[in-house]
Order: sequence, then C-alpha cells, then structure tokens
Amino acid sequence: MLKKIQKSVTQSQVWKSIFRVGIPTDNRKRALAMLGNVVLHLHPIKVKKSGLRMSYTWCMGGTAFFLFLVETITGLLLMFYYRPTVEYAYFDMVDLREVAAFGIMRELHRWGAHAMVIAVWLHMFRVFMTGSYKPPREFNWNVGVVLLVLTLLLSFTGYLLPWDQLAIWAITVGSNMARATPLVGTEGPGSALLQLGGRKLIHVGSDARFALIAGRTIGGGTLIRFYVLHCVGIPFIAAFLIAVHFWRVRKDGGISGPV
Amino acid sequence: MEAIKDLINFLSYPKWSFTLSLVVFFLLVRSKKLWTRRGGLIMLVAAVTLFSLSLLDPNFRSVVAKPDNVPIVMMVFLVGFFLWLALYKGIRNDELIERGEPTFEKSEVEDKIFTWPDLVFIEFICMILLMVGLVVWSILLRAPLEEPANLAVAPNPSKAPWYFLGLQEMLVYFDPWLAGVVLPGLIVVGLMAIPYIDTNPKGNGYYTFKERKTEIILFLFGFLVLWCQMIVIGTFLRGPNWNFFGPFEFWDVEKIEPLVNVDLSEIIWIKVLGVGLPSHWLPREIFGIILLALYFFALPIVFSKTRGLRRYYEKMGPPRFYTGVGLFLMMMLLPIKMYFRWALNLKYFVHIQEFFFNV
Ligand code: HEM
Ligand code: HEM
Repeated sequence: MLKKIQKSVTQSQVWKSIFRVGIPTDNRKRALAMLGNVVLHLHPIKVKKSGLRMSYTWCMGGTAFFLFLVETITGLLLMFYYRPTVEYAYFDMVDLREVAAFGIMRELHRWGAHAMVIAVWLHMFRVFMTGSYKPPREFNWNVGVVLLVLTLLLSFTGYLLPWDQLAIWAITVGSNMARATPLVGTEGPGSALLQLGGRKLIHVGSDARFALIAGRTIGGGTLIRFYVLHCVGIPFIAAFLIAVHFWRVRKDGGISGPV
Repeated sequence: MEAIKDLINFLSYPKWSFTLSLVVFFLLVRSKKLWTRRGGLIMLVAAVTLFSLSLLDPNFRSVVAKPDNVPIVMMVFLVGFFLWLALYKGIRNDELIERGEPTFEKSEVEDKIFTWPDLVFIEFICMILLMVGLVVWSILLRAPLEEPANLAVAPNPSKAPWYFLGLQEMLVYFDPWLAGVVLPGLIVVGLMAIPYIDTNPKGNGYYTFKERKTEIILFLFGFLVLWCQMIVIGTFLRGPNWNFFGPFEFWDVEKIEPLVNVDLSEIIWIKVLGVGLPSHWLPREIFGIILLALYFFALPIVFSKTRGLRRYYEKMGPPRFYTGVGLFLMMMLLPIKMYFRWALNLKYFVHIQEFFFNV
C-alpha cells in the first residue's frame, strides 16, 4: 500500500518535473543530483576526503554561511514589525517580545549575529592554521577579510536598531572614534591643516563622525541611516562577496589540501 | 576561599595578567606536547571547574551572565578548543613528517569522495544541530532590552558592542585616533597582507607547527594574546569609569584610581634634566620623536642585519621584509606602551596636543 502510494507520487509528472534524478543509487545519479540542483551545485561532484573531514575545516565557513542565511530570514521577518523611527523603534521591540507570535525572532537574530561573528573569526583561524591563504588562495583570503569587516559592520549597524540605552550608548562610544580620524575627524591629527581661506573645513558639522551618524549626536537620522545600511546595503554587498568567495573556493581547486 | 578570590583579583590586574599570559603563551608554544595530547583534556576540565566554581560568586555571575556576555564565554571555550585541535593535528603531522611519512591530509587527499551523500549529509546534520542550538539558546535567554534611548543619561560604564571591546580597551593606552582608527585599519591591512608577505611554501593545505613556526606564533600572539584577551578584559573586567575590577570584585561606582600619568617629555625635561618644558612643541617632544623614528625606521634596518633575522630578509626580499616588520612593530607598539605605562606611568611618548598628534 505505502509502496504503491510512494510509487504513484514519485512517478507522477509533477514530481518528476521537480526532481529529475530521484534518490541517487549509482555514481552517475550521484553526479547528476549535484549538477541538477542550483543550491547543491555550489559543490563539486567529488571532494577530497581530507577536505571533507570536520576536523579539517571545523565546518566554520559553512557555519558562518548558515548563520548569514538565518540572519537574513529572521531579519526579514523582523522588518515586518520594526519601524526605524525614534517614536516607534523601541516600542516595536517591546511588542516583538510581548505580542508577536512565536516571539523569539529577536533572540534568534541577536544570538545568531553574535554567533556569526565568532564563527567568522574561528573560520579565519582555521584557514590560517591550515595555511590555506597561500597560493593560489591569496585573493580568496582577501575576499574573506572584507567579509569579516562586513560582518562586523552588519552587527554594529544592527546593534543600534533596538533604540534602547544599550544600543545608543554602544553606538555613541563606537562612533566617537570617527571624530579622531586623521585629517577628516575634528579631533584627528592633521584636520586643522585642512583650511580654505582661514576657515576650517573639518568641524563637528562636517567630519567623518557627522557622515557616519548623520548629525552631531545620535538621533533619528542615524537610526534610518543604520537601518538602511543594515537591512539592504551591507547584506547586498556581503551576499555578492560570499558568492565570489564560494566561486573562488571552486576555482582555486576546491578545499585546500597538500599537493 | 576569600583569600583565593583576593589572589585571583590581584593577579588579574592587567599588569600581572598580561605578563602571566605572555608566560603562559610562551609555555604553550614551547611545551605543546604536554597539552596537545591528554593534557588538553586536563586543562579543559580544570577550566570548566574553575569557571563553574567562580559562578558561585555573585559578582562574577552578575557580569558573566549578562545576556550579551554569554556568547563571549562561549567564544573563550571555543577558541581554546580549536587552538588545541589545530596544534594537536599539527604536532601529529610534524611527527609523521619527521619519520618521512605522508601527513594525515596527504594520505587522504587523492581519495575523492562523492559529494552526495557524504558532504551533503554532514552539512544537513550540522544545519539541524545549529538550528536546534540556536532555538534553545533563544528560548533560554531573552535578548536584552533596557530603558528607552536617552542621550541625557549615560550609563556607566558605556561599552561598545563586545567585538569592539578590544579596541575600547586599547583606549586606555592610546588616543582614539590610534586605538579607534589607525590600529584597526592596520589590523585589516595586515590581515590582507599576510598571503603576500608570507612566502614560506610549506604548510599549505595541512596542519603543521614545525614548518611554519614563526608565522603561527606571530598570528597566535595577535589573535589570542592581543585580540581575544583584550576583549575578555574589556568585557568582564572593566567596570564603571572603565576602572579595572577583578573577576570577583564588586563594580563600585565610587572606586577612584588616581591619574598620575606623565609624558615622556616631562620625564626627560623636568625629572631628568631638571629644566622646565620648552614652550615650542618641537624641542619639547624631540626625544619622543627621535625614539619613534628609531623604532619605526632604524629598528627594521637593524633587524635586517641581525643574525637570526637576516635569513628572512634574504628569503623574503626587502619590500616584503620591511612591510612585515613594519606591521609587526605596529602590533608590538601596544604591549610596549602597556609596559611603559605600568612601569613609568607613561602617558604619551609624543604629546603634540597642538595637532592632536599623541602617541
Ligand atoms: C541580511 C539581512 C538582514 C536583515 C534584513 C536584518 C534586519 C534587522 C532588523 C529589522 C533589525 C531590528 C530588529 C531588532 O533589533 O531586533 C535587526 C537587528 C539586528 N541585526 Fe540584523 N538583519 C540582517 C542581517 C544581519 C546580520 C548578518 C547580522 C550580524 C552579523 C545582524 C545583526 C543584527 C543585530 C546585532 C541586531 C540587534 C538585535 C536586537 O537587539 O534585537 N543582522 N536586523
Ligand atoms: C561571512 C563570512 C564568511 C563565509 C560565509 C565564508 C565561507 C566559506 C566557506 C563555506 C568555505 C569553504 C571551506 C570551509 O568551510 O572552511 C570558505 C573557505 C575559505 N575562506 Fe571563507 N568565509 C567567510 C569569511 C572568511 C574570512 C574572514 C576569511 C579570511 C580572512 C576567509 C578565507 C577563506 C579561505 C582562504 C578559504 C579557502 C580555504 C580552503 O580552501 O581550505 N573566509 N569560506
């Protein structure tokens, strides 16, 4: 009976139009399963046994990627509720906790973000310890470093969004650093040299910090700026670079191994 | 009990704990064989026991159990575990290499395995475990939400997000333009430069320690001692007014630490030479400027001629060598400044407030 149902389902035109190969039972089908699926074909058909070992890669690149996907999905769901304005932001947070169904979306997003930062560091640590940045993978290491910076920026911009004391003061401390940028921060070395007809070009209303937080103090302008960067700008760049990163892993000969 | 706690509190003050960590780092690197085998397990048990016992202390618990600090505790254990794993595998491979046998990875690298099902299943199971872990974590621990934002009431201490606390900790020793802008920028530049500076062709694609000793020690020093340790200090041991508090100390807002730091110019002009400070910045700061110039420009040249380092100079060529040494000296500026601070209460080597140029 069950066999029959299974058969009529897997033989149906609908099923076959989706799953071309079925459960792979021989090597040809194993290869086809990898080639025929847009997600799976990120992988090659065969991998080195040494690279397959969890004790070799620690699964950390994959973990970072998985957490990025979790962040994207939970972030999208949060966007349904969250309004990035000074009036609403904080109270939307309260509602997310008290009212929204399945109210752990914020937790998933926040803990996922912390975990992603750690995973990316550990991934870098692994890549260093196996010497996988050496030729031909120098460029991919560099793509990775940019991804690391983007991960930190994502986490930093997201940190402001709850709009509570923790959020704005953490961002205040962080963004105060921009004031001291050499040349383009008001209190940075050399900024006094940038003058035009005796007027200072770099002042609190025009320096790097002003550009970062869209004002002299953190406020509604900062919130919307960080929101857009956090939910659209940086994720786009990061997703693109992750694609480049994976492409290069393949093009550089798959996971590294001794030659 | 109290005596032990007091001792730990005392030892965790940066000047002792940092020195201790240097010693431990040296021992870890020297006697890897001790702890990359069963010793690692003993250390894990000891760490977990110490941590659990510490949790009994209310002051310790109140800091460690802050929802945002929980991930950092996890990070400390994870970093420890993976350090053990990487060196354990490296040492085993080193032994194989010494006996003229292929490394562990080498003996498997020719063996190609079908991605389906092996890799796909591993990934699938990892994903499920991670998701379960994340959901459980989210149910157990609520995301923090404090009072609504209010720019008029600054919390004390005000801390940056945890992954930047290493940088905030550097603010104790450097001005923001260095600690917040230049040094982080150089960390990124330095990381990017690694593949182009390191020309050692060995150790590509397998764990090893012997074949890449220098690289690994330098990286571990930066990653563990400077980056991770500074984050731990900044997160767990810095309380109100960014004062230092031992792990079992109460975060007392009233605690006052006298500010007695002096500049190099004051030490030399006033204390040593016994004349006053010159009024123009150039003569006033000339000693610090010369010192920095020697450090950044003369020292690399000395290095290139020193016996042990000469080898690298010849192997790498001048551009790589000088870039590498420059980045290394930049990194070492931090521990050097720390020790000058602890030994002499040194505030700045060079203090040109006129241009906000303080080092
Ligand atoms: C890619 C798509 C993403 C979207 C659409 C998104 C969206 C959002 C939204 C709407 C919020 C405000 C709600 C809240 O604060 O709980 C938020 C918060 C946050 N996001 Fe994201 N996010 C994304 C990715 C990331 C990534 C990759 C990270 C970290 C690596 C991250 C870190 C954070 C953090 C730390 C918060 C504050 C969390 C909190 O306190 O609740 N986000 N995000
Ligand atoms: C969002 C961040 C990142 C994601 C999602 C990511 C993902 C991945 C994945 C899935 C792999 C396959 C092998 C593995 O899992 O270890 C990989 C390899 C690699 N990653 Fe990343 N990565 C990220 C950040 C970084 C960083 C920060 C670095 C270095 C600074 C880096 C450098 C590399 C290199 C050199 C390889 C090739 C390693 C080899 O062939 O053994 N990646 N990455």
